[in-house]
Amino acid sequence: MNKEPASAIVIKDVTLRLGGRVILERLSASIPAGKVTAVLGPSGAGKTTLMRLALGQLRPDSGQVWMGNVRVDTLSARELGRLRRDTGVLLQSGALFTDLTVFDNVALPVREHTGLPESLIARLVLMKLEMVGLRGTANLYPAELSGGMRRRVATARAMALDPDIMFYDEPFAGLDPISLGVSLRLIRDINAALGTTSIVITHDVGEIAKLADHAIIIANRRLMASGSPAELAGSTDALVRQFMQGEPDGPVPFHYPARALESDLLASGEKQ
Amino acid sequence: MSTPSSGNALTAPLRELGRAGIFLLTVLARLRLGPAQLGELLRQVYFAGVRSLVIIVISGFFVGLVLTLQTYDTLTRFGASDAVSTVLALSLFRELGPVLAALLFAGRAGTSITAEIGLMRATEQLDALELMAIDPIERIVQPRLLAGMIALPALVLVFNVTAIVGGIFFAVFLMGSDPTAFWSNMQSSVELMRDFGGGMFKSVCFGFVAAWVATWYGWSARPTSEGVALATTQTVIATAISVLVLDFVLSAFML
Repeated sequence: MNKEPASAIVIKDVTLRLGGRVILERLSASIPAGKVTAVLGPSGAGKTTLMRLALGQLRPDSGQVWMGNVRVDTLSARELGRLRRDTGVLLQSGALFTDLTVFDNVALPVREHTGLPESLIARLVLMKLEMVGLRGTANLYPAELSGGMRRRVATARAMALDPDIMFYDEPFAGLDPISLGVSLRLIRDINAALGTTSIVITHDVGEIAKLADHAIIIANRRLMASGSPAELAGSTDALVRQFMQGEPDGPVPFHYPARALESDLLASGEKQ
Repeated sequence: MSTPSSGNALTAPLRELGRAGIFLLTVLARLRLGPAQLGELLRQVYFAGVRSLVIIVISGFFVGLVLTLQTYDTLTRFGASDAVSTVLALSLFRELGPVLAALLFAGRAGTSITAEIGLMRATEQLDALELMAIDPIERIVQPRLLAGMIALPALVLVFNVTAIVGGIFFAVFLMGSDPTAFWSNMQSSVELMRDFGGGMFKSVCFGFVAAWVATWYGWSARPTSEGVALATTQTVIATAISVLVLDFVLSAFML
């Protein structure tokens, strides 16, 4: 087995095409176990795709995907089900079930995958809600919560079965400063309390230094850099520097590829 | 000479039918009735059936009313006004009840199922289920498919009863027909298995088709507001056409 012993996830030489377009090309990366790792990169770089590969929702055209000592890309649907019970995923929208209360949303995976009696499920759910500070919302419906609160409930649901690995897909998008602070603390607390490996997919460079032990940057279909946030901030690579410092132009161009401006202007003048 | 676009126009519906067929086979192959599915099935029977009662009762009453009005007027000219209950019962049990209730079901419950599943995809709820190792086919699609097969026959019964009430209201209370003759003619002309049973068999088939169409279009809807809107429209059109074609085929075999 070719993988780092201390890695929770290893991606080896993965190429993935979707709809005829190459999304990832011979990408290799590893996520250390037990730490908070940030997956960074410009929008559309394939960060969420990487998560879906790791969870077996997408299969690579070539290469290997390992989670722990399990090769994910060759698993059957049943084996994938078993793997997913040990992982928690916070999707970008939260994806709470709107017709269920907060309590029932968090209880859903517990009821589905354990034979626990309702009294025990109730305690477990209330403990998870307490952990995200929302025990008082147990009887509310998702529509009655703010966006930040919905994501916290979704976080409680994702960790309901005490997963080994937690994925957070864009957990900071659209949050106000207070909710942002709460989310940052929550991810750190969960990582420490449950001893999970946390993978935070984001393009919010500013928050990474406060949160992540390790970071990888994906751009141009490949892994561009990996290391601690401090190492990446001090990188001399032009693309890493552009991304970390938020420069509008550079290796990732401001302009979408087009003909020369003069020829477009002349062509529009001729039409009139 | 056929062009690529004309080829697409011809093959696109066939491809769509093929995909919908594979979807149905997947749903049936994974059929499971655990406690979670049964609970959801009861909830869906309530949503698709009980919540469609108002439109079914009102429509049934007025269909019975207008059907009796038209047949009474025509039959009276031939001195056969006593046969009005026979025409009413046979046309309702054999054709109008199952077909009209199925069309109303498509408009009320079918669109609701499509929009719900389409929005669940757009808001990543189906993804979330899959990532929690809960099969969305088992949890979301199967209960809705089975609910259609249970709810529509029940709605057809209610439709037929209220239509007959409408017929009695017009013929007996407004036109002064003899109630005994009305009932006895109906009883003597309707065969339980052939007319009533045949209509109920049709309603089970229509319920299955209507729920299949609704779940398929919801499942395959593009995850955008435009995609969900288009899918709900397609559900009504596809269900209407499927039910009318299937009605002809079933009637041809039953007669």
